[in-house]
Parts: sequence; structure tokens; C-alpha cells
Amino acid sequence: MISLEDVAINSGPFSLAGACLQVAAGDYAILMGKTGSGKTTLLEAICGLRKVVAGRILLMNRDVTRLKPAERGVGYVPQDRALFASLTVREHLCFSLRIRHWSEADMAARVQELADWLGLGRLLDRTPHGLSGGEAQRVALGRALAFRPAVLLLDEPLTALDSETKSEMVALLRTVRSHTGATVLHVTHDVQEAKTLADCIFHLRDGVIIPGEADSPMA
Amino acid sequence: MAETVKESEHSPVSRSDWPFFVCFAILGGVYVILIVGLLVAQAAFTSPAHVLAALASPEIRYAIRLSLLSCTLTTLLSLWVAIALGYLLARFDFPGKRWIDAVVDIPIVLPPLVVGLALLLLFQVGALRWFERHIMGVTFEVPSVVLAQFTVACAFAVRTMRVTFEQISPRAEAVALTLGCTRAQAFWKVVFPEARRGLLTAATLAWARSMGEFGPILVFSGTTRMRTEVLPTTVFLEFSIGNIEAAAAVSLLMLLAAVTVLLILRRAGSQGTLDRALRP
Repeated sequence: MISLEDVAINSGPFSLAGACLQVAAGDYAILMGKTGSGKTTLLEAICGLRKVVAGRILLMNRDVTRLKPAERGVGYVPQDRALFASLTVREHLCFSLRIRHWSEADMAARVQELADWLGLGRLLDRTPHGLSGGEAQRVALGRALAFRPAVLLLDEPLTALDSETKSEMVALLRTVRSHTGATVLHVTHDVQEAKTLADCIFHLRDGVIIPGEADSPMA
Repeated sequence: MAETVKESEHSPVSRSDWPFFVCFAILGGVYVILIVGLLVAQAAFTSPAHVLAALASPEIRYAIRLSLLSCTLTTLLSLWVAIALGYLLARFDFPGKRWIDAVVDIPIVLPPLVVGLALLLLFQVGALRWFERHIMGVTFEVPSVVLAQFTVACAFAVRTMRVTFEQISPRAEAVALTLGCTRAQAFWKVVFPEARRGLLTAATLAWARSMGEFGPILVFSGTTRMRTEVLPTTVFLEFSIGNIEAAAAVSLLMLLAAVTVLLILRRAGSQGTLDRALRP
């Protein structure tokens, strides 16, 4: 589960105060808001990449507000994917596992499992250079899911994909929950995307998070 | 009809562009010809016999050895400092950052002789004076050569590495942190491999700067043969006793080294990084 209690963030021109949000364990939540409304900043705060000036962040009933990003156990897929230019797809998939000192055999098995599920089998020995948008997105997703995080944060995962790739990714994201049981917070500004995927929907408007429907009017 | 004629009188006149290109080509060409002329004069003046004679001299052989060793050592030392300082300056805002940034540029703009004199004075005070008296001689000894080269070359390496790190998106490191990395792990596993080309550029630049360093060495290390003599010292010493052939032969060797470095920079290094690092 993801729980924000009166969270305040102050980052340059953007500030957020008293943000509250509750996502039950295993739910697929969508956070909507216009470009520049602070959706990404909020995700970064949950990851631990941005400092919270007040309030508490709880993940799976654990207070992580003051923990380092590494200690939070969150799978994070940023909007720009931020793949590691010098590593192969295989190295991306076992990156977090190597940090956690998994055995070579366990890593190989996990990489195979992810590659089969995400359709990355052919790409394992390639570097990110030259991957298509959809392929890069699946690598970023696989990298984030490899260590079986209980919480998955997706920042605009379907933006900048062509319509065919988009529907493939939607189908893939639908299987994330059944495959992983992770609690997902997915950020988007696309109403259709929200309707298709969400268990629950929130709007970020003028620095306030409001629970709502996908097509409730946006400010 | 009269309207049409009037219109044509005001239309832009079609004239040839070639005077423009000729003027610019002449202005630019003068400099290119000057540099090519330098290379030709150098090569024409020096015969293979001069080069062989120079290579046979024990003093010059010592100078070549010391130059190669000191430049390599200086490069290795500079890279460590440049990786650390370049990364900190590229990624973080901290109190005094602007001040540190300006300090790093000082060796680049300071007259070389002043750098040498400042180093000489530095070893006349406090702990460094004690160090020199009781631990290891520096001034007018071999370590002074490395230190003099390092003082200037490192500034270029730091600028190159800073530009290199600035060109690498910080987003990948951020993701690495969420995947379980410490800052150090994120740096060595994600950032550093991407900085390899910049590192090569910084290394060749530092090496080339050290190879040509003379002003600080003249003051801080002296010009003692078989002791603190590096290749620029050789050129200076041979020239001052009127042995132009040997001076030219050694200059040619340095020129070949410089051209080799330039080729490495152009081919393997990252040209964009180099351009931005050298930009004042």
C-alpha cells in the first residue's frame, strides 16, 4: 500500500502542501494532472529522490519518509526511462539483483522469467542504443520489477508511444498486477489510459490531491 | 508599365557572392598557412641525422625518459582529482561552489612563470618547508617537475571531466539509487562507464599539457641536466648554447608527440567535450 499523510514538498518553483493519498495494497492507482502540476515531483518524493519538508510517506505500512531511495524497495520507471547507456538489456534486468548479491543461477532464472514475460528475449545482449520506444519502456519496466518490489511507480509510461505499441503496453501493464501483486501508482494526463487501467483515480490540481473519476473536470 | 519599372529599381540586386568568400578565405587562410609553415620549417630544418644524434645524447635520452614518466604520472594523478572534482561541480550545488569553480580556472589563466614562482614560495613556508627538509626534497628535484605539470594540467582535466559529467543525464543515477545503489555504487556502475570517452579526452589533454609545460618547471625545478631536465628544458638549453640542430630535433620529437595526441583526441575522444572544456 501507498499512503501519503500531509506531505509537503518544496522544489524550486513548485510546492505542494498537505498532500494526502491512500492506495490499498495490490491496487492499481492512477494519478492524473496537467503537465507541470507536480506529478513527477510527487513520484520522486515517494522514491526518496526529493526531500519531503513535512508529513509522512508509508509504503506497505512502513514509514519511509526519512529513508534513502535504496532502502525504500520501490520500483520506479521514470518518464524518460533513463536506461543505462553502457549496460546491456540483460545487465539492466539483473542490475538490482547484483546489488542484492543474488547468486548467478538465481539471477539467470529471474532474467529469463522477465525476458519471457516482457518479450525481451531477442534483445538481452543489446545496449539501449537503437531500441524502439516500446522496447525501451519494457526494459525500464523489467529493470524496476526485477527485485520484486511491493510498490511500483510509473511516470507517464505510455507517452510518446505509437498507438499499436501503446495498446501492447496497456495489455502488459494489466498483467503487472496479476504477475506481481504490486501496488501501482501510475501517473498520466490521458483520460483513456486512466479509464482502461485504474482501480482508483486521483487528481493533482493546484497542489492538492483529490480522489475522483477519470473524466471529472480538470482545472 | 511605369509601376513595373519602378518596382524593379527597388528589387535586390543580384551580385556575386565570391568577393565575400575570397575575403574570408584570405583572412582565415593566413593563419592556417602560418601553422603549416611552422611544421614545414621544423621538418625541413631537421635531418634524420640530427634526430639520431639527439637520441644518442645521454642527457636528451634522460630528458625523454623523465618527460614520458612525469607526464604519465601527472596524467594519472590529474584524472583522480578531475573525476572527483568534476563530478561534484557538475552534479551538486554547495556553498562556495562558484568560488571553487573560479579557483580551478586560475592555473589556466595565470602566467606560467608566476605558477612556478608561487610553487617555489609555497615550499618555503610552514608544513611544506618542514616536509621538504625532513621527508623528501621537492624543489629543484624530480617531484617538482611532476608537481609543476600537475598544477596546470589538472585544471584542464577537471574542466573536461566536469563537462563530461554535465553531459550525462543525472536521471540514470537517480534510478540506480532506487534500485538499491549507494551513491558510490551508482557512480561506479552507471555514471563512470558512460564517462569513458570524456576520461580519454581528459587524459590526453592532461598528458599533452604536461609534455609542453616549461614556465613553472624553469622556476620551480631548475634546468639541471640529468636531474630535472624534461624535453622543453632540452630545447631551451640546447638553443641557449647555440645548438640549433639539437633544439630543432627535440622540437620535432615533441611535435610528433603532439600530433599523435591530437589524432587520438580527434578519433577516440569526444570532440564535443574537448571543445566545451577548452572554451574560456
